[in-house]
Amino acid sequence: MRDGLAIRLRGVVKRYGPITAVNGLDLDVPEGTCVGLLGPNGAGKSTTMRLLTAQAIADEGELEVLGFHLPEESKAARAECGVAPQLDNLDVTLTVEQNLLVFTHLYRIGRSERRGAIEAALEMANLADRRDTRVDKLSGGMRRRLLIARALVHRPRLVLLDEPTVGLDPQVRQELWALIDALRAEGTTILMSTHYIEEAERLADTVLIMSHGEGIAAGQPTELIAKHAGQTAVEVYGSPSQLAEAQAKARTDGFLTRRTGTSIAVLGVDGADGKAPEGERRPANLEDVFVLLTGEEID
Amino acid sequence: MATRAARAVRIGRLERSALTGVLVREIVNFSSYWRSATFSSTVEPTIYLLAFGFGFGSLVSTIGGYDYVEFVGTGTVATAVLFSSAFPAMFGTFVKYNFQHTYDAILAAPVDTEELVTAEALWIAMRAGVYGCVPLIVAMFFGLPPAWGMLTVPFIGFLAGYGWASFGIMAAGFAKSIENFSYIISAVLTPLFLVAGTFFPIDTLPQWAQTLAQLNPLYHCVQLVRHAAFGFEGWADVWNVAFLVAFGLLMWRLAIYAMERKLVN
Repeated sequence: MRDGLAIRLRGVVKRYGPITAVNGLDLDVPEGTCVGLLGPNGAGKSTTMRLLTAQAIADEGELEVLGFHLPEESKAARAECGVAPQLDNLDVTLTVEQNLLVFTHLYRIGRSERRGAIEAALEMANLADRRDTRVDKLSGGMRRRLLIARALVHRPRLVLLDEPTVGLDPQVRQELWALIDALRAEGTTILMSTHYIEEAERLADTVLIMSHGEGIAAGQPTELIAKHAGQTAVEVYGSPSQLAEAQAKARTDGFLTRRTGTSIAVLGVDGADGKAPEGERRPANLEDVFVLLTGEEID
Repeated sequence: MATRAARAVRIGRLERSALTGVLVREIVNFSSYWRSATFSSTVEPTIYLLAFGFGFGSLVSTIGGYDYVEFVGTGTVATAVLFSSAFPAMFGTFVKYNFQHTYDAILAAPVDTEELVTAEALWIAMRAGVYGCVPLIVAMFFGLPPAWGMLTVPFIGFLAGYGWASFGIMAAGFAKSIENFSYIISAVLTPLFLVAGTFFPIDTLPQWAQTLAQLNPLYHCVQLVRHAAFGFEGWADVWNVAFLVAFGLLMWRLAIYAMERKLVN
């Protein structure tokens, strides 16, 4: 494995007919870290995930996963990867335990270790008391936990999580964050795509922000915030016309702004007290960076 | 070091552990739906057997030297094989791909499309081999004499079922929507099913239809089963087996081609 990188992508291009889903992507995932792929819908996150399991084949570029070249050595890489897809593809008429059992076979766990692997996965996902429940009787959060447990049953070195908490209640999302955090603490390498910024901020050591199939910024969340959005932002509230006015004024004063829907956020106001507009002060966050870099409108 | 260990178990085509993994998934799933699958795969051919056997059988008592019940009882084995292979393969593959996204999960594991398709076809073929025996057993209650040759019927059913399962997977691979199957059922499967020598001998048909029937895998399956029950016929049966093997191989490769196009893009 080159330079301790669990994933190494260089200049990866993937086209679907006239659409370029991934456009010259570079991505490094150092072993033992959690990297967040952040981007709006359609930025190419899911295509990138599919490239990493060779379910999509790149048109150009180099791909290495756990030191294996893709696509030709993909099967060896997949044996040591766990994948939790965005779309739930559990076998719904089977029980929790049966779903895990099937994957112990698909991931070639030896007969003597199967039992222990299933128990460990049940434990990790906190589903031990649901082992005999049919999947179609589980709640949405339990299904998602099972989906992740299924990806962990063979103790993979690298876990790919595609939008792990999309569509879940806040309480359930926290459960999953705890699960992912525990995995991280064990030293498993994680690549996680998400369009929930808070998720990336909490879980990822570094993030790559994607837009239109390209990586447009990479680094630790705090670094990215400091670099692109400064320390402090001011939220200016008011009627739509007042907001437009405040935005125009802030821009002429040389500030970056972004709309939040109900307010205008004026960024980078630290050390500019004289010119900074009145409003509610708050620390800049990754969402500011995200919107600044990927644009206010999504096309 | 871990990398080197992984390279040591280096990973070829059509591996047994990958096939086993997919088969285990099917077997575990089968435990949740075996009743309905067994019902449809056995009751339908039995109804054909009884309807034709009694309905038509009251008009014609013998055909080609056989009691009509014996003729139909052996013929409907091929029907049972077709119904328990081509149909579940078509619909099952389509549903697993489009609605359940099962294949996405399997292909993220160390399993290739070739292994996935092969294991699915093997599983369906095994079921077809078992279900194919049902009409024979029912016919015994109506006077079909048991014969040692009948012990080969599960293998004949497996062989023909492998081809039809692959045919169904291929059809699902090329189908754009589930409605596309109507064309395949009406234009391909129904004619083949009727002109296979199941319910009436094909030598009463016009010459061109007889020639076409020679290209019908179902006809070769019917012939083999009938000969298993009433005595094998040497080279004729070697030809029947050869035809089914060729059919199976061709459909197998086409099914892999169709599914690879669909699953890896």
